[in-house]
Amino acid sequence: MTDSQPFYEARLSAEDSPADDPAYTVEQALENLQQTADPSARYYAAWWIGRFRVNNPIAVEALLQALEDDSDRSPDGGYPLRRNAAKALGKLGDLRAFPALINALDCEDYYVRESVAQALEMLGDSRAIPPLVKLLEGGLEKAQQVPGKPHLVQPYEAILEALGTLQAREFVLLIEPFLDHFVEKVQYAAARAMYQLTGQAIYAERLVMALQGNDLQLRRSAMMDLGAIGYVNGAEAIANTLAENSLKLIALKGILEHHLTSQSLDLELSQESVRIMKLMDGLL
Amino acid sequence: MTNQDIQLLIQAVEKADSANDLLETVENLAEARHPEAIATLIQVLGYNNPGAAVAAVEGLIHLGDLAVPILLEQIDGYNYGARAWATRALAGIGHPKALDLLIEAAKRDFALSVRRSAAKGLGNIRWAQLPDAEVTPAQTQALDTLITVSQDPEWVVRYAASVSLEQLATSLTPTQPTLVSQILQRFNKMMETEEELSVKARVQWALQNLCSLET
Repeated sequence: MTDSQPFYEARLSAEDSPADDPAYTVEQALENLQQTADPSARYYAAWWIGRFRVNNPIAVEALLQALEDDSDRSPDGGYPLRRNAAKALGKLGDLRAFPALINALDCEDYYVRESVAQALEMLGDSRAIPPLVKLLEGGLEKAQQVPGKPHLVQPYEAILEALGTLQAREFVLLIEPFLDHFVEKVQYAAARAMYQLTGQAIYAERLVMALQGNDLQLRRSAMMDLGAIGYVNGAEAIANTLAENSLKLIALKGILEHHLTSQSLDLELSQESVRIMKLMDGLL
Repeated sequence: MTNQDIQLLIQAVEKADSANDLLETVENLAEARHPEAIATLIQVLGYNNPGAAVAAVEGLIHLGDLAVPILLEQIDGYNYGARAWATRALAGIGHPKALDLLIEAAKRDFALSVRRSAAKGLGNIRWAQLPDAEVTPAQTQALDTLITVSQDPEWVVRYAASVSLEQLATSLTPTQPTLVSQILQRFNKMMETEEELSVKARVQWALQNLCSLET
């Protein structure tokens, strides 16, 4: 379990999604995941099991099978089911999935690698650091766009975020250059990781600066990063940036809980806690 | 502002031909804070343009009680999105006429963001605007709803319910000790059972505030 785990959960429930269909049950999800006749039902079941954390051995077993699926292919040759299976395995937090996830880090599908990096971050096992670091080989120079694809050669954002959460302190020098990557989201991921690894405010302040930017997607992304790293001094900037209140509340929740867990509970609430809650109250 | 000025602002909204243009003209109209703007601002809630809807909701909240009868009258038969925005406007205004609607929305709306703002609105009601005889029954109804809503599956709805329960307790102290003690009981229960740290902290803060009120 890592600090970021409840955070990801919250990110999903931020959407007003119709997925909370009470007619869809755990039994049905497991059944749909185990069958192979209807790929789209299987795909949805994998997502659902992760979303509602159906944490049982049958689910883990079925997801591990889905992680090796060859039947569900997207037009560009990707493996949609594998992507969902990897994400769900991360959310279930069962370390039995660890070796299979490490293997899947070599999958030819970029989006599977991305989901796997996120899952490894959630599992929180530092043995994932060396295989993740391997994907950074070639550094900034190699971190280019794949011709004709909407993505880079590796899922750098997810990799850097995972390395930050997994406390890969000995690889700071490898991560730092990505602060200058040409993709802003990659810069943010690097800033986020650098803050987690060094505790230096200068890196978190880069994310605070990003909240003043013009692009809504980037503001959202920086906000979620600040929530994930629990940067207390970023709370006001989050409350004031131009974005949906739902997301601001989630980011502030991340900061508040980070702060609360670093305090001894049961005591009087700190001034910082009250300050953050006042901001949250104002966003309801 | 003359009547002609406000008509010009209304026409500008009606003529807007892009999302950005709509946002800008709605902001201008909302800032005028003119009662003539109410009908147009309500119309904007149905346009499926979140930026413009936020501006319109703010404008309606500023206009306050004047907007309430029109909002309530127009809310039925509206599309879902418009109803959600109108609920937020009514939650922000806090007129007791919106009580039934807020109770329904806080308990049963499928969108958590609407349940959240309706729950917040229940703590925001201006009870003094009710005839004396209706105050206690209405407060009891709001309290029962908030206790139910404080068990919503979504953390942010429970958080909003806690904020409103605190507000309600503050307005009920010291006149309604029975209702206040129901709120305190619910808070103590939440301190035991609540799994989300943020909600728990919010309840803890509410309890601290209420204690300092009593001493």
